[in-house]
Amino acid sequence: MEMKERMKIPRHSMPEQEPKVRAKNFDEVPLGYTPEMAMEEALRCIQCKNKPCTNGCPVEIDIPAFIALVAEGDFLGAAKKIKETNALPAICGRVCPQESQCEALCVRGKKGEPVAIGRLERFVADYERSHGEVAIPEIAASTGKKIAIVGSGPAGLTVAGDLIKLGHEVTIFEALHKPGGVLVYGIPEFRLPKAIVQSEVDYLIRMGVKVETSNVIGRVATVDELFEEGYDAIFLGTGAGAPSFMKIPGENLNGVYSANEYLTRSNLMKAYRFPEYDTPIVRGKNVAVIGGGNVAMDSARTALRLGADNVYLVYRRSRKEMPARVEEVHHAEEEGVQLNLLTTPFKYIGDDKGWLKSMECLRMELGEPDDSGRRRPVPIEGSEFTWEVDTVVVAIGSGANPLVQSTTPGLDTTKWNNIVADEESGKTSREGVYAGGDIVTGAATVILAMGAGRKAARAIHEYVMSK
Amino acid sequence: MAAKILEKKQLSENVFKMVFDAKRIARKRKPGQFIVLRIHEEGERIPLTIADADPEKGTLTIIYQVVGKSTTHLSTLEVGDEILDLVGPLGQPTHVEKIGTVACIGGGVGVAPVYPITQAMHEAGNHVISIIGARDKSLIILEDDMKAVSDEIVVTTDDGSYGFHGFVSQALEENYLKKGQKIDLVVAIGPVPMMRAVCATTEKYNVPTLVSLNAIMVDATGMCGACRVTVGGKTKFVCVDGPEFDGHQVDFKELVERQCTYLDHEKTCMDHYCTCNREKGVM
Repeated sequence: MEMKERMKIPRHSMPEQEPKVRAKNFDEVPLGYTPEMAMEEALRCIQCKNKPCTNGCPVEIDIPAFIALVAEGDFLGAAKKIKETNALPAICGRVCPQESQCEALCVRGKKGEPVAIGRLERFVADYERSHGEVAIPEIAASTGKKIAIVGSGPAGLTVAGDLIKLGHEVTIFEALHKPGGVLVYGIPEFRLPKAIVQSEVDYLIRMGVKVETSNVIGRVATVDELFEEGYDAIFLGTGAGAPSFMKIPGENLNGVYSANEYLTRSNLMKAYRFPEYDTPIVRGKNVAVIGGGNVAMDSARTALRLGADNVYLVYRRSRKEMPARVEEVHHAEEEGVQLNLLTTPFKYIGDDKGWLKSMECLRMELGEPDDSGRRRPVPIEGSEFTWEVDTVVVAIGSGANPLVQSTTPGLDTTKWNNIVADEESGKTSREGVYAGGDIVTGAATVILAMGAGRKAARAIHEYVMSK
Repeated sequence: MAAKILEKKQLSENVFKMVFDAKRIARKRKPGQFIVLRIHEEGERIPLTIADADPEKGTLTIIYQVVGKSTTHLSTLEVGDEILDLVGPLGQPTHVEKIGTVACIGGGVGVAPVYPITQAMHEAGNHVISIIGARDKSLIILEDDMKAVSDEIVVTTDDGSYGFHGFVSQALEENYLKKGQKIDLVVAIGPVPMMRAVCATTEKYNVPTLVSLNAIMVDATGMCGACRVTVGGKTKFVCVDGPEFDGHQVDFKELVERQCTYLDHEKTCMDHYCTCNREKGVM
């Protein structure tokens, strides 16, 4: 097709479940491209020489190359191309913030809309998965080196995928009973089906990665004990797993959840299928979710699906400052989540049995910018009001789980208990110990954790081979 | 990690002892710590304290009371059966040192978690007074085991069918504290009303008292905060900051309220379990 015609093709939107329908089920919201849509969308890529999109990708996928294969209809070839640098495309295609990464740098975006790189990645990975056995890449001859990975979230899975290909013996230790970390306990089914995470993990297992679930490192074995067991290097990717609370009165009332607990109950434990699954969850009628990030959106949309009449998203700044992806906010609003901006609770009120009945809130206005560069929310005097809610989900971020740090002498941490690691290599203050992902940066994105994993894997490979 | 049941014994009407094959955990666990288990794919994660372990044989002993669906289900499993997941050891171990006289108090099935602590306190060279109690004689567990690791032992029953007639807190006060016996530390584990009563008693006599709390948990690694409890005005997570806390500082009222969060769900879950089993012809 002529370039002129290719420039005329509009960006393909992805078919989705209707908002009213999907707000009542846990099935995935977007339905994915058809092969025809994908090929046409791929033609929008003008295959520019300096490929800026690739610079925007934390794991350096050769984006124009895979898109060219999609345009030709060679979907399996495209999948193979992506997997040269990204072991988890079905996940990244769904949860990466492409609008601020690859797609933000797409030349087509300068005058119009960028190529839908994320949707194409997702299509390719799904196509491969639904068309027979996913091919296993070539594995290098055994190096005889043993690597332990602590945590099976995006960082750990990336390190595992990279190091197993290089011929190392790789074992992942996961504290929970299912591998995937935040991909299984945090991100809901309707945004990332758990079967997809499982198939990405199965792919690593087929490559030879060992996965030891229900092993809490720091408790059942320390980092030093892993070295004693013969591991040559250890990667720590334990994530941002400690929930933050606002430390306001009434936060321990029944009906007040951390987002971590709310989402873990629903996602990992499948409480939305109670009593078929044993784990219960409070199905509130009037639910307030406190926060403005992706986790807050996930919590609010989960509350709707659990049957709430009203789900309020309560955020202390304005829409502009919300850290959530625009697409997530859009999806949430479409489904009926009610945004209450410039508002913050300062007290929860309970009944005589300790159940949440209402919250007292303040209206806010924006003042001068704070350290984050965002305008600081300032309470408006006399704006107090009471709001009847029976469930609150506190989604204001999460910190570092201290279990590994506190049992590893000589491992330097920040004052927030994050592990100090070199940005380029993941190297920590302990020889042979590397770290990456949220445990280093604080809560961030799946793809940034994967990028850190990619760099750490390179450094670990160099380290063990030079030993 | 799956774990096989090696032994099973019924200790009283609703209390069972199970020994699991769990090498890694058996090697590392210390008194005061607990495990989380999940029986099957649809199962919940339930925290249970470790009653004993044999690091050489690689075995771990759990003693539990049948209270809801999961423990009912667990009690139907037999030697040779496997549970899907067993994770641990979790929580902070008990701080064990020689301090003089330690009273180890267990109420009902709470004697099980108190047993390894008693053992450790005794081994550390403390003079150990054990007080174990239950509603009636048939519900007293581990009497011989406790006797073997104690310098003195008092058994109490609420109905007077055996030993001291009354509560463990009353035995502690009347047999010891009232008589001026110096006790340097009390460790009390059991139902909340019992721990509360012991703490009220020891507070009067200024005796430091540790309690072990059984809050509702999900991951039990500090990730979810389901188990939060107020201690000395501050929120703590039982799973990683505990399970033991200064009993004089614990907000027991809040703990009880939080333990009741899912009472309705528990009933629904049990009904569902019974219906399913009836359909399968099991019950």
